[in-house]
Amino acid sequence: MAGSARRPRRLLRATILYGAMIAALAAILAPFAWLLISSVSRPVDLLAKPLSFIPTSISFDRYAALTIAANPDSAAVGFRAATMNSLVVASVVTVVALAVGIPAAYAFARLRFPGRGWLVLAFMATYMLPPIALVIPLYQIMSGLAWLDRPIALIVIYSSFVTPFVIWLMRGYFESISPELDDAARVDGCSRLGALVRVLIPVSTPGIVSTALLAFLLAWDEFFYALIMTQTNAAKTLPVALNDFIGRHGIDFGMLAAGGVIAAIPPVLIAFVFQRYLVAGLTAGGVKG
Amino acid sequence: MAGLTAARRRLRPAAVSEAWVAGAFVTPAALVILLVVAYPLVRALWLSLHEVVLTRPGEEPFIGLASYAHELANPDFWAAVGRSLSFTIASTALELVLGVGLALLMDQPLRFRWLLRSLVILPWALPTIVNALMWRWIDNAEYGALNALLLQAGIIDSYQQWLSNPATAMWMVILADVWKMTPLVAILVLAALQGISREQIEAARVDGAGPVSTFRYVVLPLLTPTLLIVLVLRTMEAFKVFDIIWIMTNGGPANETQTIAIYAYQTAYRAFDFGRGAALGYLIALAIMLLAAIYLRLLGRVGRS
Repeated sequence: MAGSARRPRRLLRATILYGAMIAALAAILAPFAWLLISSVSRPVDLLAKPLSFIPTSISFDRYAALTIAANPDSAAVGFRAATMNSLVVASVVTVVALAVGIPAAYAFARLRFPGRGWLVLAFMATYMLPPIALVIPLYQIMSGLAWLDRPIALIVIYSSFVTPFVIWLMRGYFESISPELDDAARVDGCSRLGALVRVLIPVSTPGIVSTALLAFLLAWDEFFYALIMTQTNAAKTLPVALNDFIGRHGIDFGMLAAGGVIAAIPPVLIAFVFQRYLVAGLTAGGVKG
Repeated sequence: MAGLTAARRRLRPAAVSEAWVAGAFVTPAALVILLVVAYPLVRALWLSLHEVVLTRPGEEPFIGLASYAHELANPDFWAAVGRSLSFTIASTALELVLGVGLALLMDQPLRFRWLLRSLVILPWALPTIVNALMWRWIDNAEYGALNALLLQAGIIDSYQQWLSNPATAMWMVILADVWKMTPLVAILVLAALQGISREQIEAARVDGAGPVSTFRYVVLPLLTPTLLIVLVLRTMEAFKVFDIIWIMTNGGPANETQTIAIYAYQTAYRAFDFGRGAALGYLIALAIMLLAAIYLRLLGRVGRS
C-alpha cells in the first residue's frame, strides 16, 4: 500500500525536477542562443515582423568582416585594434599581478610580521573601492604623464585592483597547503624564497592556473576606466569598441551580436576548458575569509 | 623610528629576519597597489574640498565641505541613492533565491545533471558589456526577441518599450544582471552543499523531517556562512554598478536607471565638475566601506557562533 502511494509521488517529484532542469537550461541558453543566431542572420530576417527566430539563411560574413577580411572598414579596423589591445592589457596585467601577488600572498599566509593584519585589510579595501572615487585624479595623473590613450595607463590601473584579488585567492590557497611542506624544505636548507619557488609554487599549480584565469577575465571585462582613459584605436579595449558599435551599427544589430560573440570567445573558452579550476578558485576565494 | 626599534626589540631574532623577508615579499605588491590608489585618494579629497570646474580653468578656490553639503541636500543625489538601493536589493535578493534553487537542483541525482552543471557557467563567463549588449538587443522595442516571444505567446498584445519605459527599464537591467550573476551564486552554493555530509541529511530524514524542514533546519544553517559571503560580495558590487546600466540605458529613461555611480560619472564628465564628482566618489566609497564594516562584524558573529 505504501509503495503504490509512493509511486505517483515519485513521478510527480521527477516531473517537477526535470521540468525545473529544462526551464533552467532554457533560461541559461536562450539569450545566448539568440545572440549567436542574430550574429549569422541576415538583416531581413532580424527585422521581420512577426519574428521567426529561425533564420531563412545564415552567413558568417560579419565575422569575416570583423576579423580576417581584406580592406576592413573603419569599424572593423577599430575592432581588430581593440582585440589586440584587450589581449595585451589583460595578459600583461595577469603576469604583473601574479608576479607581485604570489610572494605577498605567501607572506600573508606563512610569515608573522608587524602590521600584517591591517595590511591585508588595506589591500582588500583597495579592491572594494569604487573606481568612481579614484578616476578623476587618475585621469589627471595619466594626462600629466601623457599616458592617456595608451595601454600602459590601463595596465597600471588594472594591476592595482587585480593584484589584491590575486593575493586574496592565493593566500587562501597557500593556507590550504600544510606548512610542514615548506618547513621540510627549509630544514633541507632552502631560504624562504627557495621554499616558495621550489616547493610551494609547484604544488600550487592548480591554484595558480585558476587565479591567473580569473585575473585575466577581470582585466578583460573592465569597462569604466577604459571608457575614460582611452580615445582612439591606440588603446581602446573591446568593451569600449563594443560600446562604440551601439552608435555606429545602430541599425545592424547582427554586427553588434557578432562583435559581442567574438569578445565573449576567450572568456567562454576559458570557462569551459578550465571549468574545474575556475570553480575551485571561485569557491576558495568566495568561501574562505 | 622609535616605534620600529621597540617593535623589533620585542621580536625574537628569527622573527626579525622573518619580518625582513615578509617586507621584501610584500613591498612589490604594495607598490603596485598603493602607487595607484594612495595618491589619487589624497588628491580626490583635495578636489572634493575645492571648486574645480573644467569649464572654468585657473580658479580653484577652497570651499571646504560645500560640495558634500550641496550633494547631501540635493534631491537628485538621494534619488540616485534610492535607485542604487533598489537595484542592489532586488538583484541581490533574486540572485540569492534563484542561485540557491539552482544549486539544489544541480545537487539532485538527475540524469543530464552534468549538462546543467557544465553549462551553468556560461552566463557568468560572458563579459559584462556583451551581456548588456545582448539584453539591450533582446529588449529592443522594435525588433527585440522578448517582444516577439511574449506577443507570439499571447502574453502581451502589443510591442513594449521595455528600456525606454520608466516603469520597466530598471527591471530589465535587473533581469540582465540576475541572468549573469545567478550562476556564480549557484556555483558557490553548490560547493557548500557538497560539503554537507549525507549522514546529517539522512539523520534528519530518519527523524521524520520532510524535504522542506530538512532544508530549513539542517541544510540552510550550514549554508549560512556561504550565503553571507555571497551577500557581501554581491551587494558591494551591485551598489557601485555602472557598466551594465551604462550600456543598456545610459541611466535613462528620464534618469529612471541613474544609479549613484552613473550620477557621479555624469556630474564629473558631463558637467565637468571634478570637485563635486570627487565628493560624490568619496561619499560612495564611504558608503561601501560602511557596508563592509557592518558585514565584517556580521561575519565575525557567525564565525564565532
